[in-house]
Amino acid sequence: MAASQTPSSPQAAPLVPREPFLTKRRAFSIVGLIIFLGFFAIPIYQTILLEMWDSPRQLTQQIVIGLTKGTYIAVIALGYTLVYGILELINFAHGDLFMIGAFLALIFISLFGLDPKTSSGITIFFSLIGILGLVMVCTALMNAGIERFAYRPLRNAPRLAPLISAIGMSFVLQNVGIFLGDGLIWDKLAAGLGSDAIGRVADAMGTQSVAPKNIPDLLPNGQVFFIPDSLKYTYKDLLVAVVSLGLLAGLYSFVRFTKLGKAIRATAQDRDAARLMGINADRTISVTFLIGGALGGAAGMIVGLYNGTALFSMGFTAGLLSFTAAVLGGIGNILGSALGGLLIGLILALSDQYIGTRWSNAVIFAILVLILLFRPTGLLGQEGGQKA
Amino acid sequence: MKRFLSFSLVLTMIMVILAACGTQTGGTSKTTVTIVSSLPRTGSSKGQTDTIVNAIKMRLEEDKYAACNGNVEIKYEDLDDATAAKGAWDETKEAENANAAAGNKDVMVYIGTFNSGAAKIAIPLLNKAGIVMISPANTYPGLTKEGKGAEGEPAVYYPNGTRNYTRVVPADDLQGAAAGNWAKELGVTNVYILDDTELYGKGIADVFAATAEANGIKIAGRDSIDSKASDYKALMSKIAATNPDLIYFGGITQSNAGQLVKDMRAAGMTADKVKFMGPDGIYEQAFIDAAGADNAEGVYATFGGVPPSKLEGKGAEWYNAYKAKFNAEPEAYAAYGYDSTNVALAAINKSCDSINRETILKNVFATKDFDGVLGKWGFDASGDTTLTQMSGQQIKNGAFEFIQVLK
Repeated sequence: MAASQTPSSPQAAPLVPREPFLTKRRAFSIVGLIIFLGFFAIPIYQTILLEMWDSPRQLTQQIVIGLTKGTYIAVIALGYTLVYGILELINFAHGDLFMIGAFLALIFISLFGLDPKTSSGITIFFSLIGILGLVMVCTALMNAGIERFAYRPLRNAPRLAPLISAIGMSFVLQNVGIFLGDGLIWDKLAAGLGSDAIGRVADAMGTQSVAPKNIPDLLPNGQVFFIPDSLKYTYKDLLVAVVSLGLLAGLYSFVRFTKLGKAIRATAQDRDAARLMGINADRTISVTFLIGGALGGAAGMIVGLYNGTALFSMGFTAGLLSFTAAVLGGIGNILGSALGGLLIGLILALSDQYIGTRWSNAVIFAILVLILLFRPTGLLGQEGGQKA
Repeated sequence: MKRFLSFSLVLTMIMVILAACGTQTGGTSKTTVTIVSSLPRTGSSKGQTDTIVNAIKMRLEEDKYAACNGNVEIKYEDLDDATAAKGAWDETKEAENANAAAGNKDVMVYIGTFNSGAAKIAIPLLNKAGIVMISPANTYPGLTKEGKGAEGEPAVYYPNGTRNYTRVVPADDLQGAAAGNWAKELGVTNVYILDDTELYGKGIADVFAATAEANGIKIAGRDSIDSKASDYKALMSKIAATNPDLIYFGGITQSNAGQLVKDMRAAGMTADKVKFMGPDGIYEQAFIDAAGADNAEGVYATFGGVPPSKLEGKGAEWYNAYKAKFNAEPEAYAAYGYDSTNVALAAINKSCDSINRETILKNVFATKDFDGVLGKWGFDASGDTTLTQMSGQQIKNGAFEFIQVLK
């Protein structure tokens, strides 16, 4: 039928002419990369590869450690990616929300009086699940509150305004962390209320509000039974990986298959069009922040229990890594962030082993620069394509 | 409500004015010497510095804040060189303190710093002002000793050519060596050495490495850690693969020493299999708190002196007096804070004829055979103490316990 051959058929010329693959700029960067690889990197690669070949056991061990770390980096990265996907805002406060999650976990653990030496395994198991839920609810509400009072009033302001607001919230949360970590305040509270439980919180926090806090070792430390002894893999590692991957899968299917998820995707693609379709954009954004906050808090609790430390500045370090992971994988893309997190964890562990701990951050950012050079939108990111 | 607000505003204004008048009318013609201390008073070093400041105040109170038979009034200012945001000492804050001291003509003695890195910043500023520094805790050798630090040290710190910096603790070249010898005595054969890339930590780890090697201990590896990292699981797995029987960490509690020990234990290097040793930077309660008592059990720490409870003679008297007065154990450096103030007061008392920065500086350096709580000691020409006694301690039942005197 002649009528079907409309001007907008695939044969029509694209609006923007396709760039040839080998532009001058690309050629330069490729030549630079070849020079870099040839003269500087190959000698280093060689020794590293030889070392890897020498001890495959150690290589596997580091890959396992790296991937475990990667799973929780991925969970934190999701918080960045969700918010960026829907608002194009880098939520700097997210890393600090993660820190608050670790502190809340420590507070609840002390309130419940959980102790690896005296409490039974079943008590610990069910209490931890309960605490995980409590922490997630608290951080989710906090994150939604932050959105309501610090970001929503600036929704139509220039892009820089909410960004600064986010940095401000990050500092506010850090100071909340310092406040929560002040054992003297808890001490007074305990004396005022005559409560032993709060007294235990005061003990856990110590007298120095900015010192690292020790979180009791509640996760099982035994070797996983089906892994040979030569490869150290404890139930703790397994638990962290399983819970993190569970959260990732849960979030992915939520966004992919539920009605609310569809609303989130629609709002991310085009807020105004979504509104025209009858989607309540404000509510959808609130839901996104609730989910992001819950993920951040869960990650904080997982990492706190895994590393055994809560520190008011831990959100900054973790946030930087996770944000990098989100950018590496393609910010705004859930699978991309997960991939980025796993990659960053892996690179960190391998760099610790073969290059040296002090270079690890440099290696990560060098790889980030290299990847962004060739894929400016990140590994799985698509420009203007499907987000969230 | 509004009326109440304005009323209270007026009230506060009146009070401020009254307070200002109060201080103005209190001035007399007495000569005033201000002693300042610049120590990290925020963050986890606070436990240590609290007891140092207590000891300084205790010494000043004994002389009723006066010198030269009451003709000189002593004032004391407790400055903080740490920020809450960093939780540790901060470059700009230290420079601020040193400049404030240099700008106040009454300031003639500067007790500090606590961290060697901070001393690097304060010394040149105070050198230009001619104020004597007495450090109760700096141990980096390059601050005073030639050839023991980086190139150009220590001359770079003294722009006007005369020395103005003294310290009451022995430097790390002695402590690192003592640790290296102690490791040998403990039967260590294979050691992995870590440092936190800081002046103090890396310096002491270097000396430890040299001594350990000279003692025939095999060095399994050497790494610098990122002290802001969230964990060291990968690093500890790498270390475990080299089968060391000791991990030596040149660094301080605030460089994440607690996390290192945690991840070390998690990597299967338990106290009975692999020892962990550090310098005096981890010799404090904050380290045990950060690592968790279970993980910290069995950790060794060296200290450039003897712990307060092991002091003898005058030192023992001071220890008992301190405990009676503050109802708490003094931390390791309190005695050094006390003796710093001690020599400062002695020097002021010797300078009664001309109270100025120059004479006091000269008289502090002239301290010889001083009978303090640390024993009989003095300063040499470069400002180092003549004390050389060191001690080794181990964490037992959740607290540091004195093990032996080291040489």
